[in-house]
Amino acid sequence: MPVQVRGEVLSVRRAGQYFVLTLTAPGIPELARPGHFVGISVGGEGSGMVLRRSFSIHKVADRGPYGGTLDIAFAVSGKGTAWMAGLDRHDSVDIVGPLGRPFALPREPVACVLVAGGYGSAPMFMLADQLRERGCRVDFVLGASTEDKLFGVLDAKRMASTLTVTTEDGSLGEKGRVTDVLPEIMGRLDVSVVYACGPMGMLAAVAEQATRHGAHSQCAVEEAMACGIGVCMTCVLPVIGDDGITRMLRSCIDGPVFRGDRVRWADVGTVPDDTWGAPVAPASGR
Amino acid sequence: MTRAVIGYGPVGGAPGEPTIDMSTWLGELTLPSPVLTASGCSANGKELDAYFDLTRLGAVVTKSVMLAPRSGRATPRMAETPSGMLNSIGLQGPGIESFVENDLPWLRERGVRAVVSIAGGSVEEYGKLAQVLRYCEEVVAIEVNISCPNVADRGQVFACDAKLAADVVGTVRRHISSEIPVIAKLSPDVTDIVTIAAAVVRAGATGLALINTTLGMVIDTETLRPALAGITGGLSGPAIRPIAVRCVWQVHSAMPEVPIVGIGGIGTGVDALQFVLAGASAVQVGTMTFNDPSAPLRVQTELARALAERGFKRFTDAIGYAHRPHDAPLSEFVAEAWAEDEHVGEASDPALPFESGAAG
Repeated sequence: MPVQVRGEVLSVRRAGQYFVLTLTAPGIPELARPGHFVGISVGGEGSGMVLRRSFSIHKVADRGPYGGTLDIAFAVSGKGTAWMAGLDRHDSVDIVGPLGRPFALPREPVACVLVAGGYGSAPMFMLADQLRERGCRVDFVLGASTEDKLFGVLDAKRMASTLTVTTEDGSLGEKGRVTDVLPEIMGRLDVSVVYACGPMGMLAAVAEQATRHGAHSQCAVEEAMACGIGVCMTCVLPVIGDDGITRMLRSCIDGPVFRGDRVRWADVGTVPDDTWGAPVAPASGR
Repeated sequence: MTRAVIGYGPVGGAPGEPTIDMSTWLGELTLPSPVLTASGCSANGKELDAYFDLTRLGAVVTKSVMLAPRSGRATPRMAETPSGMLNSIGLQGPGIESFVENDLPWLRERGVRAVVSIAGGSVEEYGKLAQVLRYCEEVVAIEVNISCPNVADRGQVFACDAKLAADVVGTVRRHISSEIPVIAKLSPDVTDIVTIAAAVVRAGATGLALINTTLGMVIDTETLRPALAGITGGLSGPAIRPIAVRCVWQVHSAMPEVPIVGIGGIGTGVDALQFVLAGASAVQVGTMTFNDPSAPLRVQTELARALAERGFKRFTDAIGYAHRPHDAPLSEFVAEAWAEDEHVGEASDPALPFESGAAG
């Protein structure tokens, strides 16, 4: 069950193009699992920004001088995140979490590859920790358009058996995209599970490659959310259920982590005609 | 249902402070509190269970349900706007059969009062929905959504046409037992809301829910296209509160005996109080639940406190209080509260003798 708490900012620091916010959040770190996210209200008292901002949980410390703390990583992309970047130590923030459905973990100690684009890597380090505790081999693939848009390269290097970096401009690692290197890695290491987080296009390609390789894929999507708690129905995407029927599922409650072979990636942003409850003719009915 | 009393003492009030009788009436229905969730902002209740005790609210208003399952519109379905948001969900939902089978029982088991919102594509569909719901005991009222703007026929909702609106409400009324209130939810996007309100009341509406979202649009200046897949959407949140308060005021002026449920950007107790003073017998908390999942219960607590601070002992005494004539003497209890306030006399505007916040 998620909780709503007042957190206190401990620090806001730069990490390349991104920011990392560390805050107390009584009750949340203890419950957080890799892939969970939190919703943060922005702008302070009486703010004109009525929607919460959602961020995957980057790190947690469930004890310490401040009790439990959590880290989130974010990019400044608008007024809300700009406000967050300007937070000072001891500022108070309203947090809801942990939210969503976390990454599923394998029962057996199998080889896993963790693939992330940009700061999509944020939840991957908690995940790597837990996978390694289970005896899984963990390899990382981090990609971005340029070097300064990578996030967590040093952490990945420390935790992974191998780290492969790709940048589209070749400023670090191999020039290209994560999907240029992933098939070779999956083949060489006999990978059973691919975990991915990043832009929709990357997830679509990674999921497709994993399925072709015969691996499971667990993809954390980034959909625009108004509430983050399952009541507004804005963050939906078409997902095939166990019964073979496509439904518009909420990424906040049914996700953000989905099986890669269940999301209809090519149809994201649309309502496919065979979706449960889809209009019989386009744009008909109310 | 017995008349319950909600004290605000345990929730922030000091011992010895007056207890407010928060009960209210919608036709023959008595609710222990005038604060409800708003349809489409609380799903079917379950998702908010983690944040507060839903049974403490007046009622939960469920998301508008249609006869058949419905996928809703493509994404993007929302855009944040100054002090509000646009949405274009398109009434995604499971259909009435699944709703009655899976969603209503949860509300019943929890003891949550359920106001069920229904939406149809035709007058007949509304009638069929009402027929299904008439056998559901846990339904304390029906809210008839004739004003969802996210329809194929842009803006041409039932609530924009007095005759169609009355047809829908009359049909629902005929299919529901007379002790269940039928609340018609109206659109602000009309030339004269009083005309529509009068038509649905004549057709048998017990009360009115004012207002649904108002039709709006945002253009994404990066993609150079509409921000929403549905092009237009419904604007909600504090941005539309003055429009909503105006609608409540106008309708209450014309028909003071008709219960009104006020809706529109309510995020605090004093926001809610504006609606009550304008003539609302109850209020709903909608979009601000996205900002604060516990907003509905917080608004209820704050409203009780705001009433007590102004000398009211019963919620119902405040309904429409702003309509009193200019030369009317203050009700005794309000006069007492004003006299006790040390700032009276210093204030340049006699309408503002209270702590800040009264101005909302």
